[in-house]
Amino acid sequence: MHELGVVFYVIRDVKAVAEENDVTRVDCVTLEIGEVSGVVHELLRDAWKWAVKKESLMADAELEIETIPAVTFCEDCKRDYPTVEYGKTCPHCGSNHTFLVQGNEFIIKDMQVE
Amino acid sequence: MGDVRVIEVKQSVFAENDRRADALRAELKAHGTFLLNLMSSPGSGKTTTLAATFKALRGRLNMAVMEADIDSDVDARAMDELGVRAIQLHTGGMCHLDADMTAQGLRGLEALATPDAPIDLAILENVGNLVCPAEFDTGASANAMILSVPEGDDKALKYPLMFEVCDVVLINKIDVLPYFDFNLERCRERILMRNPHAKIFPICAKTGEGIEPWADWLVASVRAWQA
Ligand SMILES: Nc1nc2c(ncn2[C@@H]2O[C@H](COP(=O)(O)OP(=O)(O)OP(=O)(O)O)[C@@H](O)[C@H]2O)c(=O)[nH]1
Ligand SMILES: [Mg+2]
Ligand SMILES: [Zn+2]
Repeated sequence: MHELGVVFYVIRDVKAVAEENDVTRVDCVTLEIGEVSGVVHELLRDAWKWAVKKESLMADAELEIETIPAVTFCEDCKRDYPTVEYGKTCPHCGSNHTFLVQGNEFIIKDMQVE
Repeated sequence: MGDVRVIEVKQSVFAENDRRADALRAELKAHGTFLLNLMSSPGSGKTTTLAATFKALRGRLNMAVMEADIDSDVDARAMDELGVRAIQLHTGGMCHLDADMTAQGLRGLEALATPDAPIDLAILENVGNLVCPAEFDTGASANAMILSVPEGDDKALKYPLMFEVCDVVLINKIDVLPYFDFNLERCRERILMRNPHAKIFPICAKTGEGIEPWADWLVASVRAWQA
């Protein structure tokens, strides 16, 4: 997966927000990541530690990760269910006409700054 | 120590790329250039398919190619030898292309366009994998992927997002069907389960078999884009 690439995007966006808000130092960034976004948290944290060191504005910034649970909706029986447990097949009626309603997110939630 | 405060951001990391991709699409539309984002696993036959496609389109569309190999220019040189206008994109080790990198490549291609040979169709040979490229909008007018017979007919089950984002799936290397337990009908069903609107073209890039309907689809799509 593209953990390092994603970290670069986060740093780009955080720097833009910091500039708009006269921030001198970023202490912590909180991300909200969908359960099935495919991002491996361990790899993301490693990439983060490596990449922020190069940024004077956020050289020691911490990374917090909050998980958004994955939910799939069934078009046949109109109910939803946890994606990770049941995958593409609806546990209520066995249908495959299902789609993901949440769990694919990758959001910068907030940042603690000085 | 300054004052510590919290800034609410609530911004999708993909939102910025999506915005840039939409801007690029609008610019391409205004220029009359159709951008096709071509994705696949390594070795599925992208370069061979591009060569066959170029031959089939000769006299109908002006085609150019952007090659996104991580660290070589063999594909761009192969295109060059066929007379296809081509440039090499430098991905800097990234596992996918985003809208910014694509826009840079297009500027490089524009330099190769002439008034009597404008670029109707620009094809982007994306980085070879079935996961990362599917997640980033490049600003393309359409997405296509190549699935080759030796990879197996279950790929739509294993890489759902890739099949969801593709308008076209080319099933390549059909000449080797007798040697693999690849079921063309089953493969078709699995693709359509992920994406009911997918156009599926079985081809043999090596001999050119099946390339004609695909070339016709490209001509119709480019004309509609330019209309
Ligand atoms: N039998 C058969 N072989 C093919 C066909 N198309 C491509 N090949 C062979 O598959 C190999 C890879 O083809 P390429 O066109 O280089 O594939 P690619 O996707 O561009 O490869 P990378 O850029 O390295 O990822 C070559 O040896 C081709 O000759 C086909 O239709 N049938
Ligand atoms: Mg190639
Ligand atoms: Zn159901």
